[in-house]
Amino acid sequence: MLSRIKHILIKEFIELWRDKWGRFRLIVPPLIQMLAFGYAATFDVNHVSTVVLDLDHTQESRELISRFTSSNRMNVVKIARSQAEIADAINTSDAVVALVVHADFANLLRKGQGAPLQVIIDGTNSNTALIALGYVNTIAAQFSQDYASDLARRIGGMQGTRQVQVTLEQRPWYNEGLNGRWFFVPGVIGTLTLVIIVNLTAFAIVREREVGTLEQIMVTPIRPSEFILGKTIPFFLVGLGEVALISGIGLLWFRVPFAGNPFVLLLGTTLFLLSTLALGLLISTLCSTQQQAFATNFFVLNPIFILSGFSFPITSMPVALQWFTYINPLRYFLVVIRGTFLKGVGLNVLWPDLLAMAFIAATLLTISILRFQKSLE
Amino acid sequence: MKLRRLKAMAVKEVLQIWRDPRSLTIALLMPFTQMFLLGYGVTLDIKHIPVCTFDREASQNSQALLKRFEASQYFTITRNVQSYSALVSAIDRADCKLGIVVPPDFSERLSDLGTTSVQAILDATDNNTANISYSYALAVVSGYSSDVQISWSSQQGRPLQLIQPMVVQARVWFNEDLDSRNFIIPGVVVVIMALVGAQLTSLTISREWERGTMELLISTPVKPSEVMCGKLIPYLVLGWIDAAFCLLIATQWFGVPFRGTILTLFLTTTLFLGVVLGIGYLISVLIRSQVGASQIALLVTMLPAQLLSGYVFPIDQMPILLQKLTYLVYARYYVTIIKAIFLKGADIPALLSPIMFLLVYSLAIVALAARAFRKKLG
Repeated sequence: MLSRIKHILIKEFIELWRDKWGRFRLIVPPLIQMLAFGYAATFDVNHVSTVVLDLDHTQESRELISRFTSSNRMNVVKIARSQAEIADAINTSDAVVALVVHADFANLLRKGQGAPLQVIIDGTNSNTALIALGYVNTIAAQFSQDYASDLARRIGGMQGTRQVQVTLEQRPWYNEGLNGRWFFVPGVIGTLTLVIIVNLTAFAIVREREVGTLEQIMVTPIRPSEFILGKTIPFFLVGLGEVALISGIGLLWFRVPFAGNPFVLLLGTTLFLLSTLALGLLISTLCSTQQQAFATNFFVLNPIFILSGFSFPITSMPVALQWFTYINPLRYFLVVIRGTFLKGVGLNVLWPDLLAMAFIAATLLTISILRFQKSLE
Repeated sequence: MKLRRLKAMAVKEVLQIWRDPRSLTIALLMPFTQMFLLGYGVTLDIKHIPVCTFDREASQNSQALLKRFEASQYFTITRNVQSYSALVSAIDRADCKLGIVVPPDFSERLSDLGTTSVQAILDATDNNTANISYSYALAVVSGYSSDVQISWSSQQGRPLQLIQPMVVQARVWFNEDLDSRNFIIPGVVVVIMALVGAQLTSLTISREWERGTMELLISTPVKPSEVMCGKLIPYLVLGWIDAAFCLLIATQWFGVPFRGTILTLFLTTTLFLGVVLGIGYLISVLIRSQVGASQIALLVTMLPAQLLSGYVFPIDQMPILLQKLTYLVYARYYVTIIKAIFLKGADIPALLSPIMFLLVYSLAIVALAARAFRKKLG
């Protein structure tokens, strides 16, 4: 039995590596996607393009505006001269934020009558707008508070005129710099492995069926179980190789830290690879042509990708979609990847996710092997 | 180009589409499945953030502060813990994304020094959620802070000008409720159109090669330009139908505002479809196998359309080199156009520059495709 499996293994490896296209497909798309996700996928908001209109021209208004100019989170791209210019800058997307200091600003400020700072935000990208608004509020609050304490000092050193203030200290754990790359790059390991392995497995078997070589193999003394093993072991090894390759780039090129235990990651990877292999096998039993396999793959992989928490938080999805995520192996694998890379947690925390993946892998494998054996008869 | 031959070519293509119900189903089903999947699955709105509180003081003041977190729609208090290690484990297990720690000397410092602080411990593995959670938490704490200030000042008859010298009056334009769906769904339309268009056309020529009908086609008097136009016109119509489906689902089901005119949308969509169909055609001319063609089509449309078009990830936050690269991504122009039409109600003059880019792009692609086709025949 072992020697028969060995022959299938060798055949598969030769087929994987034989043509230029095959080698290209194993190495180039993962690299491109890794770099694209590493650099392009970010929700970080820096250098918010800002346009400023100062109608007050006082020391106070200039002081306020200089706070925005000097902040590295805002980028003042234009000093407007009229309201129309402001509207124009927002309409043409030259600026995301517009700040208008009305005449009488300093006067109201001195009287403590709540001098208004008018802020206009382009809400087209709600996430950017929300974060930008947070920056504006923080800078404005700081200005307001500094002005008040300054004023309190000047009014006189009366006892009890001090400011009362409750502050909120920010303690971001596991990613102190709130770096978006640390969130996305480990995630790419999961999504890429999923796409590559399911595609490879499904196509390899469907191709044999389409070309007719599947029947030829079945008349040889090989048993279905040996055939499945021979087909899946190479892809399993390819999967491990891809995970190593992508993790290597993440660690060395993007400098994502690895805080946890590599063996826990290896265990998670193994369980996840089993699920993806089973999924590919299952798809191969449903399709008779490569064209069908291609379309089926797309319709199966896209939901798995979107509903995994890879880039969009699961807790924000409608409840029905959240239920679906429980049968999604990628969801659990992402928890394991991010847990081992960033949080450095081990089996004591990750066991429910590993168990869920093992369960999904076992179920999928059983179904797909039964179906596959039936499809051969 | 003769209209009669063009018509015959288009009719042949329509028949072929009609006889292959699977691609037709995919073309017509795609808007529905993808709109609902992405419309519901792709959301950046962050609500009901699970919070764990650790009140080390347990005084009236600290409880009053934590009550405010409970009342906020952005937070759901999932746990109150009594020890630091319990907090660590709650965050490790992702039971909560935010931990609020009130120090044991919270009230004491407030009354003695006037300033006091609480800690926000954020699970920053998801940095975007962490950022937004922090700004919501900051708003809650600031609200508490100024209410304490007001009650103190009024008790002691202090001048009110020390309370709030300045107020921020923020107005959000175009997407007043900052609903992420309003900006994601128009982008989803782009992704769908890019996918469907390139996928379907990428098969059309390679199918002829694979089945050997290309030689037959060449031996007829039909000209290459007629082959191209005749083959693309049915897909253009399919693209229009898909666009109409998308528009209906976006506005009627998801309630995304549509402030522009149908005419602007129609004209720009046609232009975009010209590019997409041209690319699919070019791929199918260059790659003779159907599977190869559709894989390449997926690779060149899916990733750029999702990552580099600005549909969720803002282009101006990418590294400069990548920003320059996005000028090559045709989906980028259509994303700009379609968001402006939906949310800003932009008309053609306002969209002139992205439209010009698309126009140049489509002409270039069509010329390239025509040339490649002639070369393959030769």
